[in-house]
Amino acid sequence: MLRIQGGQVYDPRNGCHGEVRDICIGEDGRIVAELPPDAPVLDASGCLVFPGGVDVHTHIGGAALNFARGMIPEQHRRAVPIYRTTHRRAGLVGTTPTTFATGYVYAGMGWTTANEAAVPVLSARHTHEELADTPILDKTACVLMANNEILLDLLEQGEDERARQVLAWYLHAAKAYGVKAVNPGGVAGWKWGKDCKGLHEPVPGYQRVTPARIVAALARFCDELHLPHPLHLHCNNLGAPGNFLTTLETMRVLDGHRVHFAHLQYHAYGGDDWLSMRSAAAEIADYFNSHPLFTADAGAVLFGTTVTVTADGPWQHLLYQLTGRKWGNLDVENETGCGVVPYTYKEKSIPNAVQWAVGLELLLLITDPWRIALTTDHPNGAAFWRYPEIIHLLMNADYRREQLRAIPEKARSRLLLPELTREYSLSEIAIITSAGPARMLGLPHKGHLGPGADADVVIYNRSDNIEQIFAHPRYVLKNGVIIIDDGELRASIEGRQFAVTPSYDPAIEDYLRPLFQQYYTISFENYPVAEEHVPRLQCLTPAADGARTT
Amino acid sequence: MVPAPRKCRRVTSLSIRPVRKLTAEERTMTTPQPSDAAPASAFGPLPSASEVLRETAGEAPRVILTLEHPPAVPLEAEVISPDRFLGLSPADIAALPVFHGKRQCRLEDFFTVEVVAAAERSGPVAPWIEVHGDASRVKWLGRGMSQGRLSVYGAAGMHLGAYMSGGAIEVFGRAGDWVGAEMSGGTIHIHGDAGGQAGAAYRGSSVGMRGGLIVIDGSAGIEIGMRMRRGTIVIRGPVRDFAGLQMTGGTIVLLSGAELRTGAWMARGTIVSLVPLSLLPTFGRCCLYQPTFLSLYARYLQPFGIHLPHGHRQGFYHRWIGDRSVPGRGEILVWEPQP
Repeated sequence: MLRIQGGQVYDPRNGCHGEVRDICIGEDGRIVAELPPDAPVLDASGCLVFPGGVDVHTHIGGAALNFARGMIPEQHRRAVPIYRTTHRRAGLVGTTPTTFATGYVYAGMGWTTANEAAVPVLSARHTHEELADTPILDKTACVLMANNEILLDLLEQGEDERARQVLAWYLHAAKAYGVKAVNPGGVAGWKWGKDCKGLHEPVPGYQRVTPARIVAALARFCDELHLPHPLHLHCNNLGAPGNFLTTLETMRVLDGHRVHFAHLQYHAYGGDDWLSMRSAAAEIADYFNSHPLFTADAGAVLFGTTVTVTADGPWQHLLYQLTGRKWGNLDVENETGCGVVPYTYKEKSIPNAVQWAVGLELLLLITDPWRIALTTDHPNGAAFWRYPEIIHLLMNADYRREQLRAIPEKARSRLLLPELTREYSLSEIAIITSAGPARMLGLPHKGHLGPGADADVVIYNRSDNIEQIFAHPRYVLKNGVIIIDDGELRASIEGRQFAVTPSYDPAIEDYLRPLFQQYYTISFENYPVAEEHVPRLQCLTPAADGARTT
Repeated sequence: MVPAPRKCRRVTSLSIRPVRKLTAEERTMTTPQPSDAAPASAFGPLPSASEVLRETAGEAPRVILTLEHPPAVPLEAEVISPDRFLGLSPADIAALPVFHGKRQCRLEDFFTVEVVAAAERSGPVAPWIEVHGDASRVKWLGRGMSQGRLSVYGAAGMHLGAYMSGGAIEVFGRAGDWVGAEMSGGTIHIHGDAGGQAGAAYRGSSVGMRGGLIVIDGSAGIEIGMRMRRGTIVIRGPVRDFAGLQMTGGTIVLLSGAELRTGAWMARGTIVSLVPLSLLPTFGRCCLYQPTFLSLYARYLQPFGIHLPHGHRQGFYHRWIGDRSVPGRGEILVWEPQP
């Protein structure tokens, strides 16, 4: 039991925008309406009280990230070490923090929930083991589906009903929470050395399946299965100048469906080539603003060295050709691919400057903060621990103008950012970092401080330095336990993992078993991740009237 | 100190002219032999190596560390650096953290610390650190130092002077692997043998040494100057395989030659050898010539007791270009004295 007293509470979901209010935490680690008057008190006078942060799109575990970790010893050597103490494991921070460090650093910033955005079913077991070793955070995972050859074969044959059953079975097998689509058809095409640039052209190796058909089918399946999180979509043509046309076409195809557009920044470029690349954030934001079923996350970029990790194999090969540095490529059997390229975003590079600006422009031009979340597509745009820098840029237009002076004149003329004067309020920051992403993920007990919510609470000191506020909270509470006290980790508790278990026709296993024997390197019985294998797993059974915990 | 010479970054075919054959009369002319006495020059007498190093020490306070309890497993002691000691009291220095295996200890658990204060000066001066004893298991001495001086009387462990950007290190004994790895400035002088990867890039990095000077009086191991981009490495003794592996600039001087695959994958840069080398087939013979810049290098290295033959009366250099498998345009200069 704990009463947080005297703080200015920012709980936008419950209509609280900075009023002084008490937050009461019950015995079970959830927020309650009332507490007995003798309950212990945590004095938060003069502080800001936020719900714990929720990251809707991040890469914090799994085979691809581990592959990236192995490829960048030069970045680890410059990373900040975390030394072992009685309640803390050792680790490294840097661009791809180690599992334990990931939990500590997220919590140290006030983030308590994260969605691992790309998990192939084949490496789901590995991913869950890493996520289980990522303390404090509650985790969800999205499973990669848009290049799964069994699924594409079914779409080719027009067997949509069976494809939906297969999708439900895959979600069950991976203990996943949502469905992710990465460069639909393009990664399957990459296995032929090709890509899918046009939305309506057949995927290499198929006659009728097109990227448009894949995304439309997956979005419909997600709706029909009543998944709490809609289709999590990484569109075709990521990173390419002029790709906003592809993104707009994708949005048109998906009109009327709930869809989450991941790292929208990478999909909002105009121009014809690298020399003429410009921002097309206005075109994307216009369409997006008028379609209320869509949500997105920013995937903002900050200048500096990082490593890019994505299932989008063909794009990573192109990026490797641009950098001439290292390149890693993985083939995940029938399911997907993966590319890893260490990358440095440079202020003096025009394409990089455009990328930096587009992320901010989208955050400023999309009018409804509930539909755009703060992310950097960690570690692709920048490491997640740099979020406070983005918050500073969003809250202070003068600071933005100052930063704009550092980028090349040629790049400035291709941006809208110099004209944008909007400044985020603290309430809006609470929405894009917590309340909004929790709603996008369909986690009703996250992202707010109303009765019944998990008591994930962050208490920030007031300061003139915005970065300082958000990088160093005074207290962080997870399930009512004080985790961070003035920058020090006081306790490390284990987080939970959430998964959905949509019902599927058991006969689908008889259909899949022979396909596995024919095409997969592991046997069908060894493929699904057993519930016992995922510690602290909470399964939700999706239903039309909202998910039920089982 | 004599400033480090800068080579022209690109040697084009225009700047290389094959020399004419010497006449019989010229061949019989006596050539001056290198001597230990510093030659008189238009710039006045050259300083000796110890004078050069002393310049950087000045009136600095001296911190004398004596290894009383040699570590059983390697000790990670990157705190032993003039930058870290700057402005600290003897007690503060003794309490600096070092890692003995996975255990965090204090510097005084292994070393005795004695500080000899210098004459009063305004503002703190980077100290001159002396390390006495067999520090062959003490790693990261002088890591990242940017000023001051570090002298090791005895052996030094791995990663000596790694990432350093200035100041001077002198070792009166042997040194381990990775001497001056990824350094960007300053001077390291090893009077004994050194291990491999001196001035190299660490695994995964694309660039090794970016500046400064490493002089090794003894032998050295493999991958000397791997991926180095600028700076100079001089090795008096024999060197093992892969010297100058993947180098993209800078200069390596091999006074006693090297074993196999010297300059493999080199894209640019210069390797000078005073004895014949067994070269990879991907190096092509270019010409016999006498590069002008070597006179500057000879003067630069003179204070360290190194005599780089130059001047056509002493002989010529065979210039080899490669490694063509990259394809690269680095050069290997192999000395051929006049008969």
